[in-house]
Amino acid sequence: MSDIADRVKKIVVEHLGVEEDKVTETASFIDDLGADSLDTVELVMAFEEEFGIEIPDDAAETIQTFGDAVKFITEAA
Amino acid sequence: MFDLTGKSALVTGASGGIGAEIAKALHAAGAKVALSGTRVEPLEALAAELGERAFVVPANLSDAASVEALPKAAIEAMGGLDILVNNAGITRDNLFMRMSDEEWQSVLDVNLTSSFRLMRGVLRGMMKARWGRIINITSVVGATGNPGQGNYAAAKAGMVGMSKSLAYEVASRGITVNCVAPGFIATAMTDKLNDDQKSKILTQIPAGRMGAPEEIAAAVLYLASPEAGYMTGATLHVNGGMAMV
Repeated sequence: MSDIADRVKKIVVEHLGVEEDKVTETASFIDDLGADSLDTVELVMAFEEEFGIEIPDDAAETIQTFGDAVKFITEAA
Repeated sequence: MFDLTGKSALVTGASGGIGAEIAKALHAAGAKVALSGTRVEPLEALAAELGERAFVVPANLSDAASVEALPKAAIEAMGGLDILVNNAGITRDNLFMRMSDEEWQSVLDVNLTSSFRLMRGVLRGMMKARWGRIINITSVVGATGNPGQGNYAAAKAGMVGMSKSLAYEVASRGITVNCVAPGFIATAMTDKLNDDQKSKILTQIPAGRMGAPEEIAAAVLYLASPEAGYMTGATLHVNGGMAMV
C-alpha cells in the first residue's frame, strides 16, 4: 500500500474510530464507516491539512469512499 | 464558577456600550479577548484598561474581505479562538414605505451576513478542538418587531434561525450556538431617544427601568462558560419582562 493510502487510512481510522481492516478500497465513509455529513467535511479538512492541498467543494462531494480519497489525493499531491 | 482561564474570545462591536461590557466580563473570568470594531481609538482605550490578555483587531464588518480576515487576525493575536461573540450591530431606521434598498442592505450586511461569515470562519478551529461557544447578540425586536426597524428586526430574527441551524450541525462536536436578546439597554444607541420616547418605552417594561450593559454581559458570560455546555440553540431574553417569549 502506498504511503498516501497509509496516511489517509490513519486519518479515517482516527477520525471515525473504526477498525483498520474495515477501511477497504470501496468502503463508503457514510454507508460503511458510520460517518455523518459533518464527518465527511471534517475528513476533507484533515486531508487538506495532512497533504497541504486544497480540495474544492465540488471535488469533495465526489469523495465518497476510501478509494476515492486516495485517488484524488494521489492526483492532487 | 464561570472560569474561562485559557480560553480565547473574539468580541465584535467591542467599542460599543454592550460589547465593551461583554469583553470586560469575559476578560475578568480569565479569557484572552480580541476586541474588534471599526473605531480603533476606543478599542485601544479598552485594551489599555484591561491590560494583559487584551488585543485589538479592527475590522469593517460591511466589507467581506475584512470580515474574512478577522478570525485569522484574532487567532494570530490570541493563539486560538474558543468563543465568538457576534455583538456588532447598526441601525438604519426608517418606515417601511420609505426604506431604501441601501438602508435595508447595509443593516443585513453588517448585522447578519458578517455574523454568518465570522461563524463560518471560526468553525474549523472549534471543530478540531471539539469545544466552542458562539454567542449572537440579537434583540427583543427580532421577536416582537418594531415600527421603523423592518431591516433591523429582520436581521436579528435571521440570526436566531441561523444560530439554531448551526446549533444542530455542531452540537455533537462540543460547540454551542446561542443568542442573547437584549431589551432596552442604556447605551449610546438608546441615548439618542428623546425623553418622551424613553418614558413611553418604560411603560412597557415591567421592571420599570432600562437594562444595564452588565446585565447583558452576565448572560453572555454564562453562555461562554463550560457550565453552559448543555444549552444550545437557545435565546436568553434579557429585557426586564418587556417580552416574555
